[in-house]
Amino acid sequence: MTDTAHEGARTRTSFIKQLEIDTRLLGMIGAFVLLCLAFDFITDGRFLTPRNIFNLTIQTVSVAIMATGMVFVIVMRHIDLSVGSLLAVCSAVMAMVQTLILPDWLGLGLNHPVTWVVAVTAGLIIGVAIGAMQGALIGYLTIPAFIVTLGGLLVWRNVAWYLTAGQTIGPLDSTFMKFGGINGTLGTNLSWAFAAVMSVAALFLIIAARRNKVRHGFPVKPLWAEAAMALIAVGAIVGFIAILNAYEVPRGRVRRMFEDGQIPDGFTLGYGLPISVLVLIAVAIVMTVIARRTRLGRYIFATGGNPDAADLSGINTRLLTVKVFALMGALCAISAVVAAARLANHTNDIGTLDELRVIAAAVIGGTALSGGIGTIYGAILGALIMQSLQSGMAMVGVDAPFQNIVVGLVLVLAVYIDIVYRKRTGGK
Amino acid sequence: MAAAETAAAPASPDPRIGRTPLVEMKNIHIAFGGVHAVEDVSVDLYPGEVVGLLGHNGAGKSTLIKILSGAYQMDSGEIRIDGKPVKIESPRDARRYNIETIYQTLALADNLDAASNLFLGRELTTKLGFVDDARMEAETKKIVARLNPNFKKLKEPVKALSGGQRQSVAIARAVYFNAKILIMDEPTAALGVHESHMVAELIKELKAQGLGIFLISHDTREMMALCDRVAVMKNGRLIGMERVEDVTEDDILSMIILGKNPLREK
Repeated sequence: MTDTAHEGARTRTSFIKQLEIDTRLLGMIGAFVLLCLAFDFITDGRFLTPRNIFNLTIQTVSVAIMATGMVFVIVMRHIDLSVGSLLAVCSAVMAMVQTLILPDWLGLGLNHPVTWVVAVTAGLIIGVAIGAMQGALIGYLTIPAFIVTLGGLLVWRNVAWYLTAGQTIGPLDSTFMKFGGINGTLGTNLSWAFAAVMSVAALFLIIAARRNKVRHGFPVKPLWAEAAMALIAVGAIVGFIAILNAYEVPRGRVRRMFEDGQIPDGFTLGYGLPISVLVLIAVAIVMTVIARRTRLGRYIFATGGNPDAADLSGINTRLLTVKVFALMGALCAISAVVAAARLANHTNDIGTLDELRVIAAAVIGGTALSGGIGTIYGAILGALIMQSLQSGMAMVGVDAPFQNIVVGLVLVLAVYIDIVYRKRTGGK
Repeated sequence: MAAAETAAAPASPDPRIGRTPLVEMKNIHIAFGGVHAVEDVSVDLYPGEVVGLLGHNGAGKSTLIKILSGAYQMDSGEIRIDGKPVKIESPRDARRYNIETIYQTLALADNLDAASNLFLGRELTTKLGFVDDARMEAETKKIVARLNPNFKKLKEPVKALSGGQRQSVAIARAVYFNAKILIMDEPTAALGVHESHMVAELIKELKAQGLGIFLISHDTREMMALCDRVAVMKNGRLIGMERVEDVTEDDILSMIILGKNPLREK
């Protein structure tokens, strides 16, 4: 209890404050890094290889996309238990469009260039329609979301079953399958170009935000803090792409690409950024912009914080509910594209138990079930933590039942830590 | 003390003579599941006038003003604004007629900051249609500084603010958008002496600007000081509506408690 100890504590908090980093995000990233290092240590360096990181990212995409939508649903004080089943219906419809309706009924044949566009559009329409319908039951008929989507979980899972007669449908359209991950990547050059564009965008955003603050006479961070943030952002983008580029296409596969079966000296081929991850990044950006920069997002958070206040402010909270569930439906359709493409087939059990993974990802990512609080990046990080935990344990050789037991315990623990954190920081 | 002085002041000429009322609510009825919350109540409000609504809890005051602010729909009756009959079916409608309300519960989204609350439902946007947080924050800073110079926590969710600061946000929201008709439901219930005084000063200032104000309060003395007329309700009915100069505090209390208007039953 000396003065110096106090001084030390004060400068440390002010250091983080000056950087204006969300301490909660910092904690989550810390937990994630710790988890990765621990698995890497136990597996003798097999966990943090480009190959495993590549696989981790493509396995996370489907759940992460839906988790961003679940943030809005939970922020509005609702829940959606039907996302896994909705994904299955969208997947079934898309599979039928590309293997039956377009090639046979409309006579376009297999692998026609427009097939994937039509299939994805059909999936999106189905997803939005079902989501909006559930939203209308919740918003206008005031049936609790838990009940509507619990019913939806049973209904849509079995609608998908009925549509496909329980069959596995495949192989899917070759362009469509590029959304699955390993079959569709940007390659190293395009990936570097993407990293450059993202870095420039990040720098531009940081500068624009600072200018805007200065213009309205608000205090700004010191320049060094701004520069540090920019460096971290660019470093993260470039580092991530470098890792994905370092994962090389197996030699056998490369050999088949050359007609004489000989690989020229020094030739290497990296996978680069998977298209599915690109889709997730696009979804994350759009959802973050909706959450922070649009009226829709503002109303979602206001309604979650105080539904009565939102009503009295003239917000149509019923229509808002429909919109949020329709958006959730659209994201289920996008996830269905990624999930089905990754498996190269539509299977009858696709998306089973995804609702629980999606809700867990959102909640681990700091979305409060009491409403009004949640972030898009948190949910994606939550999905990544869950997937890392699961694949890490599989790699270590933990028995399947114990894997699920651990994931369940981590979910409860994460929420408890969150409660303690919020109490300490004055109930933010 | 201030109340005694004002009550003793010479009666001003009636500002209502020869003017169209800003608001007329005529023969308003509303029932919830067979309970008549408001029964055949008629009140009016003139520009530059403060009308106090008094009565016990459950007398129907809040219900009556919630009809005017669009939160409830009346079963029958008529509302006129500037002499013209209007339909107010939602809070959005009420805002269109420049009716602003400060609710007893403040109606703030606790998870959002002051600026987001102030502009909720009426966000300022950039040319591209995105919400312009910086401009809203700057505007909030200006208006709140006028109401409450101690207000600094613009970035914090309003949950982190004190009762007086939260009240400032709610009042700022009502005042910012050029209200013509202001409804204040217990605006000083959660406030300390100093803050209550500031609200009273604000009411006088707004009245001088020509706004019409419906004020709900339990504090009879405060009402005598601030209002031009008082309307007393009991069990959903209007007991009496009198000029403050014509009644004593005892008269008002007997209307509230006994449900009888001594001026009309002598």
